[in-house]
Amino acid sequence: MNQLGFPILSLITYLPLLGAFLVATLSGDDAKAACKARRIALIFSLVVLLLGVYVWTQFNPAIAGYQFVEVMPWLSGINVEYRMGVDGISLFLIMLTLVLTPIAILASNGIKTRTRSFFAAMLLLETMTIGMFAATDFVLFYVFFEAVLLPMYLIIGVWGGEKRIYAAVKFFVFTLAGSLFMLLAVVWIWRHLGTTNMAVMAHANIPASAQTWLFLAFLAAFGVKAAVWPLHTWLPDAYGEAPVPGTIMLAAVLSKMGAYGFLRFAIPMLPSASASFEPLMFVLGVVAVIYISYVALAQTDMKRLIAYSSVAHMGVIIIGLFTFTVEGIEGALFQMLSHGIVIAGLFICAGIITARGESLALKNLGGLARNMPVFAAALMLFTLANMGLPGTSGFIGEILVIVGALKVNFWVSLLGGAGMVLGVTYSLVLVRAVLFEKYAKPDLAVLKDLTCREYAMLVPLAVLVMWLGVYPSSFTHAFDAPIAALVQAHTAALNPHMALAMVTAK
Amino acid sequence: MYTLIAVFAPLVGAVLSGVARPALGKQLSIAASILFMLVSAAAAVFAYRIGVHPPLAIAQWIQVGGFNPHWTLRQDQLSLVMVVMVSVVSMLIHVYSVGYMAHDETPQRFMSYISLFTFAMLMLVTANNLVQLFFGWEGVGLVSYLLINYWYDRKAANDAAIKAFIVNRVGDLAFAVGIALAYFTFGSVNFDVIFTGVQAHVGQHYTLFGTSFPVLEVIAFLLFIGAMGKSAQIFLHTWLADAMEGPTPISALIHAATMVAAGVFMIVRMSPLINAAPAAMEFITIIGASTAFFAATIGCVQNDIKRVIAYSTCSQLGYMFLAAGVGAYPVAMFHLINHALFKALLFLSAGSVIHAMSDEQDIRLMGGLGGKLPFTCAMMLIGSLALIAIPPFSGYYSKDAVLESALAAHTAAGTYGWVCGTAAAGLTAFYTSRLFFLVFTGKSRAPKHVQEHVHESPVVMLLPLLVLAVGAFASGFVLKPYFIGAQFQNFWGNSIAVAASSGMLGMDSVTGLAKMAPLLVGILGILVAVLFYLLVPSLPGRLAQGMAPLYRFLLNKWYFDEIYDALLVRPSLRLAKFAWRSDDQVIDGVPNGLAAITSDASAQAVKLQTGSIALYAFIMLIGLLVLVSLFIWVK
Repeated sequence: MNQLGFPILSLITYLPLLGAFLVATLSGDDAKAACKARRIALIFSLVVLLLGVYVWTQFNPAIAGYQFVEVMPWLSGINVEYRMGVDGISLFLIMLTLVLTPIAILASNGIKTRTRSFFAAMLLLETMTIGMFAATDFVLFYVFFEAVLLPMYLIIGVWGGEKRIYAAVKFFVFTLAGSLFMLLAVVWIWRHLGTTNMAVMAHANIPASAQTWLFLAFLAAFGVKAAVWPLHTWLPDAYGEAPVPGTIMLAAVLSKMGAYGFLRFAIPMLPSASASFEPLMFVLGVVAVIYISYVALAQTDMKRLIAYSSVAHMGVIIIGLFTFTVEGIEGALFQMLSHGIVIAGLFICAGIITARGESLALKNLGGLARNMPVFAAALMLFTLANMGLPGTSGFIGEILVIVGALKVNFWVSLLGGAGMVLGVTYSLVLVRAVLFEKYAKPDLAVLKDLTCREYAMLVPLAVLVMWLGVYPSSFTHAFDAPIAALVQAHTAALNPHMALAMVTAK
Repeated sequence: MYTLIAVFAPLVGAVLSGVARPALGKQLSIAASILFMLVSAAAAVFAYRIGVHPPLAIAQWIQVGGFNPHWTLRQDQLSLVMVVMVSVVSMLIHVYSVGYMAHDETPQRFMSYISLFTFAMLMLVTANNLVQLFFGWEGVGLVSYLLINYWYDRKAANDAAIKAFIVNRVGDLAFAVGIALAYFTFGSVNFDVIFTGVQAHVGQHYTLFGTSFPVLEVIAFLLFIGAMGKSAQIFLHTWLADAMEGPTPISALIHAATMVAAGVFMIVRMSPLINAAPAAMEFITIIGASTAFFAATIGCVQNDIKRVIAYSTCSQLGYMFLAAGVGAYPVAMFHLINHALFKALLFLSAGSVIHAMSDEQDIRLMGGLGGKLPFTCAMMLIGSLALIAIPPFSGYYSKDAVLESALAAHTAAGTYGWVCGTAAAGLTAFYTSRLFFLVFTGKSRAPKHVQEHVHESPVVMLLPLLVLAVGAFASGFVLKPYFIGAQFQNFWGNSIAVAASSGMLGMDSVTGLAKMAPLLVGILGILVAVLFYLLVPSLPGRLAQGMAPLYRFLLNKWYFDEIYDALLVRPSLRLAKFAWRSDDQVIDGVPNGLAAITSDASAQAVKLQTGSIALYAFIMLIGLLVLVSLFIWVK
């Protein structure tokens, strides 16, 4: 079956589902049950994290294809199988989910109502997300991709802020509308190829005319999820209204689904359409970087500012993916990991302020560095990573994308890199408003520095930020084989003669 | 091995005094940072004595495709010289800071920052590839930001810190793209690969703006724009004077001796590449010479003691670029080292004055301090003489070498450089003497209660001054034979590439009046200052009235801030507001969303103000690109 002889990916995927079931069936009075529910959720998420680490240790980075493969008959009537597997691309996205879920659960002590349902929803979300990254059959992928929507919708709509219903409906409508196009694409591909095995699909020869339409369908689905400008407008509302743990999962993990989709489907399956849409994607990416950075600058609320900065970073990821160079794509992939960790850290910092009863309006904050030095250091670190300072995780992705983009076009590289300047601006404006100058109001002076629980959330993220920044090779190592294969296949599909020449030259 | 200790000891010190502070306590954590800095300085001297070694690989960093910068310490002559300078000056300033920051609430935070700074600076100078250099480059920029903003409850400090970071980042973006283009061209970012590959790429072209340019020129231009930001050259200089909001030891260490010189260092480091980019060299010469002159004119009328010295730094950095631009890299390094010593001395002496004057920085409110602060006065005198370039003080040897190289280059740009540089020498002598006279001679103009508190600084502050003063006095004639003497090639080895066309090689051919001119102009500057501030003190006021437009022009720093504001900030403000509105109303056409969000539009306007510097910085970058491309086009 696979090198372990054991369906470990399915175990990682469905264990949280079991946890969700346990949490949901808890009974007893509410405060006690809430505590118990949190504990169960935390234990389950930590156990799957350990299993994930085990998978990472057993992972062979030299192999370009899927590993830990599981195949089971499923919808045999229509030639669809249950297929799971990971390669270097999905491995760390799964790890990201596994790391951030327990942290998000730790961040949920602000949830006071219907706690049991909340933790059930969080575990359900983890199951769906991991399933989505581990699926290697398009139908299975589609099922998980859609299923992610449900727990997230509930998390925003039930436990969100004042405008939660509006935000939740908007989120749901935008993403569902996008995914419907993908459903059409799934059906078309299934009819055309007769299979939905993603490993086969990646090398399928799809006629150029159809590629254009399929690409547009993918753009609708993945573009909304990745919040590609101008499909991003659901995002500030959703990020702003969701409760902190929901925002963490949404910003850190779910936003990667879109970029993952582009990398997994659009680029390998539709090489000629990807190439012809390259200029469009560059424009969208550059617009996101520059225009959204300006918008971020104009924000008056900490959470919304971070949300817009997130959209700007998605622009960098999109640019990197569509350079079709090893440096650019690995940079984009690295940026996905880095962004996940950094944005989670930033939202946790916002949550820490909320937990102390303060609003996140920037004009009501200020001077926190004085009484909360550790908090200030943490927020500073994540902000620096967010602006791509060398030595932090943010730099690696940024410079690789700049390098990759320059191989294609000088201006894309320069304008895509403009985030270096604009990102500094809104980031520094943010830390200034929160940490520096005088207290905006006297009661800020009595706020306490981090609690143990908050250390437990921030320290792992801070360590990861530094680890990714100082020794990124532990991660890029696993990217090399699949990305090299991807780039080679892309070049080969576009220039059959050149590829042939390369092969014969070897 | 010693280099490794020299580079990483400050990092250990920074972590101990910063992170381990709760465990160590205040005194111990300060002691830790000093101790590790002493270790670093000692190790640096040992490393220098042992001499040049092959690069020392520490660990893998990035390895993606062919892009493989790794953590490596380069140990050639250029790096070793810089390591010694940085660690020794930094060690002295650490010691000085113990005294200067004694009354501060969180001195250990301060010590931690400057140790971290030293680490980043040492990583910069020992980098073996462009990306590690960029790591140090951004690291020093970060700590500079943190230290300008050290007293973070002051609004001015926040403004200055953000401005510094953003203007620097404008340059850094060009630098980053330059790194990418170097990688694209040479297939590597490692120095040795780039340097050996230069010849093979001389004829290669790169298309920009629909025109084809030599690729090496484009790379050199991009890197130099990065250097312009860091070294506060004209157009990207506006941050440096504001950066004086930080504590004075920082102004000495970061904004005079080390970080701002990083741009010069980088150009010298890339000398094999720069030599192959004649248009870029010409551009460097012109920018450097213009900055030297322009900043000196501003220095003549400033009234804040630190701002005068800051503009002087700007101007002196211009001299270094002038030398680099005519290919006289060893001369640039010579001036860099001399400048580091005498400018650190000047700043620390100024700090001693400010300390004595209860934090007063306006020289119009000083005067007559010579009698009360004899030691500081003597130190300031030595620093001033070195800056004015009076023999045998250090500045004389290097500044004259810069100007002689410029003249000997026999190019239009070189001659322009000589003219600007010589004029600036006169202005330098004037503003330096003016500062000295206003602070130390005459009657005190300070309020009574300040006068009563005037006292000489503690020994811990004066001792570093003494060491630096010895350096500022002697470094010129001691180092000259090695750095730029006949055997300079033996000294620098292959760490610096001096082309056959370099102005430096014809330095000795400059004789007679041309050779004497800078010194004569300098003496003239002193005499004018004597006339203005010792003999006829009413003259400056009358002159300022008589030539009011010129005076205002200089006082307002050539209106750079105002021009940027009018041309860039306000239009971009409108742009940002438009962007924000259109995102909300046009793209997000959901009507019920907007009522709530746009309701407090006035609050947003306030917010925009704080971020506006960034907008102009970005548009400034575009303007700069247009300028550079026009320049290449005309060539």
